[in-house]
Amino acid sequence: MSTFAARLTADVSRRTMLWLGALFAALVVAPWVVNDYFVTVLILILYLAFTGQAWNIMMGFTGQLSLGHAIYAGLGAYVAAALFTRYGVAPWFGLLAAMPVAAACGAVIGFLAFRFGVTGVYFAILTIAFAEFARIGFDHLDIVNAAAGLFLPVAQYAHNDLWRLRGSPTMFYYVILAATIAAFVLCRLLITSRIGYFWLAIREDEEAARAVGIDTFRYKMYAVTISAAVTSFAGVFYAFFYNNLFPEQVFNISQSIQMILGPVIGGVGTLFGPILGAFVLTSLAESLNSALTAMGLDLPGAEQVFYGVCLLVVVAALPEGIWPWLAQRFGIKDAAS
Amino acid sequence: MTALLSLTAVSKRFRGLVAVDRVSFDVAEGALFAVIGPNGAGKTTLFNMIAGATIPDDGAIVFAGEPIGGLPADAVCRRGVARTFQLVRPFPALSVEDNVVVGALLHRRSVDAARDHARELLRRLDLFDKRRRRAATLTLPDRKRLEVARALATGPRLLLLDEVMAGLRPTETDRMVATLRELNRETGVTILLIEHVMRAVMALASRVLVLDHGVAIAEGAPEAIVRDPAVVQSYLGAETA
Repeated sequence: MSTFAARLTADVSRRTMLWLGALFAALVVAPWVVNDYFVTVLILILYLAFTGQAWNIMMGFTGQLSLGHAIYAGLGAYVAAALFTRYGVAPWFGLLAAMPVAAACGAVIGFLAFRFGVTGVYFAILTIAFAEFARIGFDHLDIVNAAAGLFLPVAQYAHNDLWRLRGSPTMFYYVILAATIAAFVLCRLLITSRIGYFWLAIREDEEAARAVGIDTFRYKMYAVTISAAVTSFAGVFYAFFYNNLFPEQVFNISQSIQMILGPVIGGVGTLFGPILGAFVLTSLAESLNSALTAMGLDLPGAEQVFYGVCLLVVVAALPEGIWPWLAQRFGIKDAAS
Repeated sequence: MTALLSLTAVSKRFRGLVAVDRVSFDVAEGALFAVIGPNGAGKTTLFNMIAGATIPDDGAIVFAGEPIGGLPADAVCRRGVARTFQLVRPFPALSVEDNVVVGALLHRRSVDAARDHARELLRRLDLFDKRRRRAATLTLPDRKRLEVARALATGPRLLLLDEVMAGLRPTETDRMVATLRELNRETGVTILLIEHVMRAVMALASRVLVLDHGVAIAEGAPEAIVRDPAVVQSYLGAETA
């Protein structure tokens, strides 16, 4: 256990620890200070921070661009929701089924791509294709109500039921907060371990990685399956928080894109970038929405245009993302950068 | 003495061009073996076949009693053959130290143990003071040394060096020659190098193979090779005339 803690904190300055502690404290007390609307916004932020970290394992650490991560979240959502609505299986058990399903799906995509040398842009297209297969497939899958959507029973709950994930937004907030912290810790442990070094080597130069004896196929498979399994938790959370699933929504490419915006803006391949990116992007987008509403303007698509502008600005001004730039200014070391 | 590496009638054709034509030679364990020849003689192709980057069309490549011809590069490396690239390919965004740590992790589970070993090698190759820099920021001679350190970190029995002296100044060449000699003497690692810099070959190699148009035209001690009429005509002509 001590070695575990040592690995987690090795090379982390006291100042960084203080910052992290302060941030943690702020996030823990947040629901007591802000209203329900802000709690919902924070849930969205943490949801995107979580999925961003999961995606980062593939792209940020291993250099495999997935543009179809919605498939893993969608599978997780559908597996857990179907088990719950049909058999009354609690979501945490549902997660135990969702993770292997998503991991297996990742393994199939990974196997096809890595075994047959599908790389770079073509790999990205393959991931989009699979997410689209899933979207169209689930649209015709009667067992989960096809295009009509799968609904979880919604009722007013007198108390929070953490086991069955039925309750107030505050409960969901703490669940996604715990998950985001767990994902952060997991990523930190992975990237400072043997597997993490091999992933970075593959990201940097696959041929050189092979020349130092790394079985690149195997390690890329690890990356895609771990990333998929972690992402599936986000899907389970999504299903029980929103209580409805439509293939057109959960498998939509816009879901995949939204997952990657956080890390891209925050800093691909860094530990803190996905979290920062999700915060910056979502809070700006929500402010924009509120401002537009206050002005009585109804502009459909304004949010998407805004994301596009944010992306343009960051890519042009800080191509490595906001976090590496900030970290450098404040002298903070990010293990993965 | 049995050969650590043994090539028998190894050939490679690219469409019509025969890049390597039935080349055979043995490298004894602990030797410093050089492959020389004019540009386009097939040296790098030969190297790539040993390292697993290119699949030979014909012939046998045996390393430590085991056929390795046609194995993928990572499998060859895990059996104890490490290489450098002619056009250096460090992991650019990683620190100098982490580049070597990656290599050292091949046969080590613990990152700390790998780091200790990496630092030892960085000291040996005069890169210790630059260990925290990004590999991309190094000068070419430093990057070449980094390639050697990373390859050595995998704990090879055979080290393949593809023109590690090219682009170095004479003093840097001498330094590299001294380092490689020292490594060979102290660790017993066998070194097979492709080299254009005759000054390094003469100082380093115990045995030399000369390739010309994919064919092995001579093999022997360096002093004998430089007097071989066929070699003088095809390769050294201008230098020794």
